[in-house]
Amino acid sequence: MPIIEIVFYLFSAVATLAALGVITSRNPVYSVLFLVLAFFTSACIWLLLGAEFLAITMVLVYVGAVMVLFLFVVMMLDINLETLKAGFASYLPLGVLIALAMAAQLFILIWVRGLNSELLAAAPLVEGSNTRALGEWLFTRYIYPFEIAGFILLVAIVAAIMLTHRRRPGTRHQNPSQQAQIRREERVRMVSMNAEKD
Amino acid sequence: MLTLAHFLTLGALLFSIGVAGIFLNRKNIIILLMSIELMLLAVNMNFVAFSRFLDNLDGQVFVFFILTVAAAEAAIGLAILVVLFRNRNTINVEDIEELKG
Repeated sequence: MPIIEIVFYLFSAVATLAALGVITSRNPVYSVLFLVLAFFTSACIWLLLGAEFLAITMVLVYVGAVMVLFLFVVMMLDINLETLKAGFASYLPLGVLIALAMAAQLFILIWVRGLNSELLAAAPLVEGSNTRALGEWLFTRYIYPFEIAGFILLVAIVAAIMLTHRRRPGTRHQNPSQQAQIRREERVRMVSMNAEKD
Repeated sequence: MLTLAHFLTLGALLFSIGVAGIFLNRKNIIILLMSIELMLLAVNMNFVAFSRFLDNLDGQVFVFFILTVAAAEAAIGLAILVVLFRNRNTINVEDIEELKG
């Protein structure tokens, strides 16, 4: 068995077990950490597929930013775990049944269609740098979707800040427009006084 | 040898686990969001695999956009979650029933 297959099966097993850990672990903090593991092993599999830029982006953006955000929120909220886990056992049969049926259908579709005849080519998708090739595509053919993606991120920032921002009563803050409108007469008082001698 | 079907099977497995997670953790919104992230990961896995085996970069560009939208979705979802917890002091889905959905 060549090394590439051993690597694939190893990382696939870790990713699947981590995904199972996400949905079954009792503590949400452990779920987030399992999800980090799943993302990380998936990034390794993407490296195997020759998508270097996306693998690094996955680790930097997803593990580095989004998962840390999840971790912040999970640790910040003081949630009662017992009531949230109450119906777990009663939902288990239905959930497992539906997931198994769905997985079986997908497996049948994948393996009956004969997609297993296509071998992983020895040569990578693009010659040279994957990042360079992806950048050339993003900034030429996909330039408008790229701009829209940037705008979506801007909207997300504004929405998240507007949703969570609150002004507590009694806090001290500056009013920039009032500061800009100040006139000299309000700040400076001219005093005429006699010169003094020693 | 590794074939396209291997990678698609892994994607199908991850997607099914995500669906199962939505059924099993019906009360905890945080785990529901994480299950959605798992399903998006499975879709991205399929896109990258097809991109490699069809010898076409379009799949990777789409993964890039999916990552962007997923990051925005997670940020807004967690912001709504924080506001909800601040107002209602719970994240249990069954306690949020004003809309009678």
